Amino acid sequence: MRIGPFLLCATLSIALVAALDRPLGKIPPLGKFLSPQYGFWQNAEPLGMDYGGALNLKGLKGDATVYFDDRLVPHVFAENEEDLYFIQGYLHARFRLFQIDLQTRAAAGRASELAGSKAINFDREQRRLGMVFAAENALKEMEGDPFSKSIFDSYTAGVNSYIDQLTEAALPIEYKLMQVNPERWTNLKSALLLKMMAKMLSAGTENDLANTNAKSIFMPEELSRLYPQVPDSLLPIVPNGTIYPKPAVIPVKPANADSLYFNNKQTVAAQLVDTPDPGNGSNNWVVAGSKTKSGSPILANDPHLELSLPSIWFEIQLKSSNSNTYGVSLPGCPFVVIGFNDSIAWGVTNSQRDVKDYYEIKFKDENRKEYWFAGKWVPCKLRVEEIKVKDSLPVYDTVAYTIFGPVQFDHRFSTVSSANRNLAVRWAAHDPSNEGMTFYKLNRAHNYTDYEEAIRTFTCPGQNFIFASRTGDIAIWQQGKFPARWVNQGLYIMPGEDSSFLWQGYIPQQENPHSLNPERGYLQSANQRAADSTYPYFIPGSYTTARGVRIDKKLASLSGITPSELMALQYDYFNTSAEDLRPVLLKNIIEEQLSEKEMSYLQQFKNWDLYATPNSFGQTVFQCFWESVQSSIWSDELSRTNPTATWPTEQTTLELLLKDTALVYADDITTIQKETLPIIITSAFKKAAVNLEQKEAEGKLTWSKFMNPSVYHLLKDALPAFARKGLTVGGYGNIVNAIKHSHGPSWRMIVHLVDGIEAYGVFPGGQSGNPGSRFYDNNVSVWEKGEYNKCWLMREADKNDSRIKWVLRAKKS
Amino acid sequence: MIAVLNGYCEQKNLKKKCMKFPLSILLTLLGGIGISLISAVPWWGFVGVSFAVALVIHQVPARAFAAGFLGMFLAWGGLAWWIDWQNASLLSKQIASIFPLQGSSAALLMLTSIMGGFWGV
Repeated sequence: MRIGPFLLCATLSIALVAALDRPLGKIPPLGKFLSPQYGFWQNAEPLGMDYGGALNLKGLKGDATVYFDDRLVPHVFAENEEDLYFIQGYLHARFRLFQIDLQTRAAAGRASELAGSKAINFDREQRRLGMVFAAENALKEMEGDPFSKSIFDSYTAGVNSYIDQLTEAALPIEYKLMQVNPERWTNLKSALLLKMMAKMLSAGTENDLANTNAKSIFMPEELSRLYPQVPDSLLPIVPNGTIYPKPAVIPVKPANADSLYFNNKQTVAAQLVDTPDPGNGSNNWVVAGSKTKSGSPILANDPHLELSLPSIWFEIQLKSSNSNTYGVSLPGCPFVVIGFNDSIAWGVTNSQRDVKDYYEIKFKDENRKEYWFAGKWVPCKLRVEEIKVKDSLPVYDTVAYTIFGPVQFDHRFSTVSSANRNLAVRWAAHDPSNEGMTFYKLNRAHNYTDYEEAIRTFTCPGQNFIFASRTGDIAIWQQGKFPARWVNQGLYIMPGEDSSFLWQGYIPQQENPHSLNPERGYLQSANQRAADSTYPYFIPGSYTTARGVRIDKKLASLSGITPSELMALQYDYFNTSAEDLRPVLLKNIIEEQLSEKEMSYLQQFKNWDLYATPNSFGQTVFQCFWESVQSSIWSDELSRTNPTATWPTEQTTLELLLKDTALVYADDITTIQKETLPIIITSAFKKAAVNLEQKEAEGKLTWSKFMNPSVYHLLKDALPAFARKGLTVGGYGNIVNAIKHSHGPSWRMIVHLVDGIEAYGVFPGGQSGNPGSRFYDNNVSVWEKGEYNKCWLMREADKNDSRIKWVLRAKKS
Repeated sequence: MIAVLNGYCEQKNLKKKCMKFPLSILLTLLGGIGISLISAVPWWGFVGVSFAVALVIHQVPARAFAAGFLGMFLAWGGLAWWIDWQNASLLSKQIASIFPLQGSSAALLMLTSIMGGFWGV
């Protein structure tokens, strides 16, 4: 044997292995990634894959069986409660491991471990918002009660029983692409996941920083005109005319509020790095038997969230000896979050209430070890945060904790270098609570009393829990722990030098807005203000009005309702705002000043049927025109501060235009001449037409082409290949079918409470998080077409039903 | 063990080039597939296979290289093709647009095969 060439060859081979075992820029290490035995090929599931089998699981107390139906929905049958959640944990890990790992790392401010240095600012903000602090407080509650602890422990053990047996070849594809490894699960991670939801739904429902800048520009009367609490056209969650009892808590405005708070014209430069989408919201409604064809109630719910692959939801049935629940769960957490059992159904929408305030802190010096409070220097609790960064050295940040909460902004952390105000954040999500147990109890509720008892302790994020029972009750509660505020408390940054501006108490739970079996036979919530102006508490928030108006009017007009009519309502494209606005916009436009092209667009708008369907031109013209109008009216006034002051809501602008055509804000304050409303509206239309012409040239004038509805993979633009783009759907945030580019109805559910329960549901994704599975996106087209899957509440006797495709039998080992 | 195998090869008079070459391809192919069944072996374990085959079956370097290349080319290509066929190219189409190979599963299969072949060498 010639040893020379052989050695040379062997050396080259080793060098090649070494080289290709490292990532090449964005492409993962080629050798390993392409290996059919270890790399991505292993994630390509055979179309005929068998998801069943037998498992021996350490930690399981008894036996459990999982029946998968043809959509890969698991119907879990377990002998006891702990095993039920053990198996749920196992299944969440089996199908959604990367998702739960990524989401909880991001929640904890650890995104940089996966994404590298570009996520450092995001991570610092998560730490400074006190996300881990909040989760730790929740964990104490979750583990403080032995029963609750046993449930979360079982769930965690289930997730880990899957992680522990994972081979390198079986790792989810994202780990192979990113060259990282999964982390074992803990109860803290379940708490972090709930705090991720709390942030999504209750950390972007206030505008305290931008409001503070608005306060520096406008006089108090202007502020209440531009940012009113109760819209004229509001159709609230609790029917108008409800009599509210006298409030048990009456908060008192501090004596120095005028001088220190209302008349403080100081601006603020701080800005959030990651603002939760203000469109995070939802619809739900319920109709009583008096309005349905069958005489039984029907409940509907569609939560509007970021649309992602895998979906935020995982469909599941959980059956133990004393419960049988079907619905969607949040991977990372036990229980069904939105669903039904054989007695009741429930759903949630976001309350949109403001439960997050900022307080200005005076530090003794740059070390931030002490702050001025009630006449003396008080020590801060300093929490050192280590942020590990992929391919780089860790970054450290020290967060000062005050009586109000963590100091989110100070000279060491601000997105604007000139920011010099230290702002502590008081956020309801920091308070100890155990939201999970609400769902545990709801999963087992049989009637209105059980439901009321289940939701009573739900703290944050405030939700509108809608309810229907087979015995015919319908109800809704806006439930959360909400501060009892004096008028305008917490709209702006508050003084933090003593306790006088702190929340003085909470609205007693019994006084939360609610309604049971109203005369009219229906209830609805769509992120609007919960109650009319007679509700005795000050309840600011980020509300949407138009959707609720449409749903309310539609439900009022319908009778003899069937599930299919409510499906049509969930898919409804009618644009209520445009209906209100079109006359005033058309009245003020000066047609003689428009070119032929501009006139053709105006004609589209005039002839439009007011439905934001995928093929609509009118909706595209309206949306461009209306945004241009809002921008022309407000950007000059609001850009007087940096960052800009809060924009009046779409509803407010609409109502101002309807009420006051001599609107003073129409004038462009940056020009010498006085612009009237017709001048501004005409020029806004001309600007919109430029945009429209460009879109037309690109062939994107129809609404769905313009909006490009898409469902992205969790890693967004990093992995466009795993996204599903260009869906043929319409809608918008103010429309019942609230689809907005990559945001919208993340789960549509209809439950008809007849004997045996008739239920339908769909989310734009699939059960599996694996892009190599046929169950990754199989429901996207169903959702796109406005169709539904039948939800099957399987019974013990159905074990030989033909709908069962695979059976997984788990035994304790 | 190598010595024993060597002896066996001598005995069976496999020195003839025409027999040695396909045999070493076959051994590389089977070994490359089989080695992954041993869970303790890392992903690059099959490099040891072509190494061992080259040791066992004496050939001129060019033929040893070619045998290693073809053996692993066929092993990776065959395995990947089988997986892709069962998956109806669902995943390979997506990966081929990450790479970027314009979403061509065939190009990705070829790349995989060539990559396997390189290891074989």
